[in-house]
Amino acid sequence: MCPMYSEKVMEHFRNPKNMGEIKDADGVGTVGNPTCGDLMTIYIKVKDDVITDIKFKTFGCAAAIATSSMITEIAKNKTLSEAQKITRDNVAEKLDGLPPIKMHCSNLASDALKAAINDYKKKHK
Amino acid sequence: MKKIYMDYAASTPVDEKVFEEMLPFLKTSYGNPSSIHSLGVEAFDAVEEARERVAKLIHAKDDEIIFTSGGTESDNFAIKGVAYKNKDKRGGKGYNIITSSIEHPAVLETCKHLESQGFKVRYLPVDKYGIVNPDDVKTAISKDTFLVTIMFANNEIGTIEPIEEIGKITKKNDVLFHTDAVQAISTIPIDVKGLNIDLLSISSHKIYGPKGCGALYARKGVKLQPLMHGGGHEGKLRSGTYNTPGIVGLGKACEIVKERISTDAKNLKSLRDSLIKNVLKIEESYLNGHPEKRLANNAHFRFSAIEGESLNLMLDDEGIAGATGSACSSKKLQASHVLIAIGLKPEEAHGSLRLSLGRQSTKEEISIVYEKISKIVEKLRYMSPLWNR
Repeated sequence: MCPMYSEKVMEHFRNPKNMGEIKDADGVGTVGNPTCGDLMTIYIKVKDDVITDIKFKTFGCAAAIATSSMITEIAKNKTLSEAQKITRDNVAEKLDGLPPIKMHCSNLASDALKAAINDYKKKHK
Repeated sequence: MKKIYMDYAASTPVDEKVFEEMLPFLKTSYGNPSSIHSLGVEAFDAVEEARERVAKLIHAKDDEIIFTSGGTESDNFAIKGVAYKNKDKRGGKGYNIITSSIEHPAVLETCKHLESQGFKVRYLPVDKYGIVNPDDVKTAISKDTFLVTIMFANNEIGTIEPIEEIGKITKKNDVLFHTDAVQAISTIPIDVKGLNIDLLSISSHKIYGPKGCGALYARKGVKLQPLMHGGGHEGKLRSGTYNTPGIVGLGKACEIVKERISTDAKNLKSLRDSLIKNVLKIEESYLNGHPEKRLANNAHFRFSAIEGESLNLMLDDEGIAGATGSACSSKKLQASHVLIAIGLKPEEAHGSLRLSLGRQSTKEEISIVYEKISKIVEKLRYMSPLWNR
């Protein structure tokens, strides 16, 4: 269908999981820059150091949307220390790969999650 | 699902009559037009008939048409061909070549290459609609200038350039004038003599002909340095065995354009205007390019807070083929140079969508496309952290 993206990427792009906002989020992380064409925000709810709910909002290409969706699936119900270890490569692998050109610019979801976790930690010291 | 094709500016389907006329030259009349036997002569005659048809469309003489492999080669040939004949003008104070900042890459990259060879090139700015100011052309010309190359109409935003005014200036200053008319040729009647055009590029697959064929009009007397050396075809200007089926297809396509150009332009304009009117009903949607001085088949939009690649992939899921100038879909990951040149910020350029219409487009398609776009834009904005309402 789309020669550029894997079926998995297209699946998450078409039907993103956990899309939206968490109004009373415990941690919020935003990374990217609209000038480059990608901006994502991750919202997390945390209980006993476990991510109990996670949502995202993303402006960007199909890769940006799919990686956002995928990271919410990976991180849900993980402990903060487990979630913090998720890398860009982990996300790309779970999506059966990303086009090389998209690996750096649009694969920001793990950074956004880390930013959300740091935000939570700052607020809950 | 019924497919809706709105990317005619990228390529067009081959017209049925064009296809029929090409077929014998793939199957039975396969002789080399340069051969002296009857199969060769048959092919030769077909090539010459095609040449006549191409010439007629733009009011040129038959021997002013050189067949090429397409628009890119025609642009390369016109610009490099003239530049290499004017090598002695390199190294002066003034500009050798004057072009615009919104040309097709086939022109821009050729000019950049020539800069690396010591030629001086001036890339003129455009206004917010993408129009070149003829006064800027006049000011940039000096005794070192030998070529002005400005496109007839822009391939992305559809803006039509002031070709007549520029032609008057180049003629008065004794400078050659090349125009890339690849997008314009099917909807704007062009008289190369009346417009003082010395060189003009044509592509076959943009006008319902086959891919891999094009033509360069070069006014009699214009000296070109060949790019292709070999058997000495096309008056030693462009060597290489004639692409007979392609050339025959291009010739027929030109003949059909000549017949129906005014009806096509009228129909497309009415469809285009209805598409624009509908799509602009979407909140924070804008038209790129000039409202009137634009190609009859071009509609170019931008939507705030969303990204064009996502928009196009979702449209594709609905069977709709469009195009975007978003960086995310380009190989270089840079926003379209045209959109930047008309003053858009990169984040504005990202949300762009080009819909280009053609002979098969219908009113019904326009309303379906409008409905789908509104839904997709809404969906993407709901996802976007930049959309807060």
